[in-house]
Amino acid sequence: MVEWTDSERTIINGIFANLNYEDIGPKALCRCLIVYPWTQRYFGAFGNLYNADAIMANPLIAAHGTKILHGMDRALKNMDDIKNTYATLSELHSEKLHVDPDNFRLLADCLSIVIAAEMGYEFTPDMQAAWQKFLSVVVSALGRQYH
Amino acid sequence: MLSKKEKELIANVWERLTPVADDIGADALLRMFTTFPGSKSYFSHLDLRPRSPHLKTRGKRIVLAIAEGAKDIDHLAVALAPLQTLHAYRLRIDPSNFKHFSHCMLVTLACYLGDRFTPVMHAAMDKFLSAFAAVLAEKFR
Repeated sequence: MVEWTDSERTIINGIFANLNYEDIGPKALCRCLIVYPWTQRYFGAFGNLYNADAIMANPLIAAHGTKILHGMDRALKNMDDIKNTYATLSELHSEKLHVDPDNFRLLADCLSIVIAAEMGYEFTPDMQAAWQKFLSVVVSALGRQYH
Repeated sequence: MLSKKEKELIANVWERLTPVADDIGADALLRMFTTFPGSKSYFSHLDLRPRSPHLKTRGKRIVLAIAEGAKDIDHLAVALAPLQTLHAYRLRIDPSNFKHFSHCMLVTLACYLGDRFTPVMHAAMDKFLSAFAAVLAEKFR
C-alpha cells in the first residue's frame, strides 16, 4: 500500500482544486501526441492529427483530454487504494483499447510539464515530487491488469 | 531526427538561458534530487539543500555544457568527448539518471518559459536532450 504524508495529500488535493480541467486536460493530451507522435496510433478515429496545429485545434482530442483528467478524480478520492479503484479501467486499457502501458508514463510526464508551465515557479520541487509520486501510482495501477 | 528549424530553435533557447545558467541548472538539479532521491547518491560530497552554492555551481556547469552542445548539434560527440570520458570512467553514473535529469530540465524550462514552452519547442528540446544523453553515455560500454 502506498503511504502518503499529510503534506503530499495537501499538495495533490491543492493542485486538483486549482485545475481547469477543460484547459489542462486538452493541453496535456495534445502535448503527448505532438512530443511522442507514436501515441497517435490510438487515436485513428479522432480525425485530423496531421500536424501540431491540427492536433491542438481538434475538438475530439480536446474532449478526450478533459475526460482523461476527470478520470483522475477517482484516484484523488481514493488515494489509499488507487490500485483497486483502477482495476476495471486497467482491464479496459489492456483488453479493449490495447494501449502499451509505457504510454501512460509519457502522458503523465506531459501533464506535469503542462502544470509546470501553468504554475511557473509556484510548482516547487516538493510539489513536483508529490505530484509525480501520485502520477506514478496512477500509471502503475493502470498497468496492473495487463497480462 | 532534428530538423534545421528545430536545431536553430534549440540553439536560440540555450543561448538565451546562458546568462541565467546557474539558476536554471540549480532548479533542474533540485527538482531531480527531490523527485528521484536515488540521484543524490552521486553527490554525497556536496550540499544539496535549496539555494546551496554547490547546486548553483554544478547546475551552471551542466547548463553551459548543454548550451555549448546546442551550438553544433551535428557534432555533439566532438564537444562532449571529454565529458564522455569523465562520465564513463570516473563518475560512472547510471544512465537512467540522464533521463531523470532531462525530464526535470524540461519541467524547469516549462516553469521559466510558461506558455512560450510550446509543444513544438518541447518536442525539439526532448529530442535534443535525449540525443545529448545518448552521446554522453556512448563510452559507458
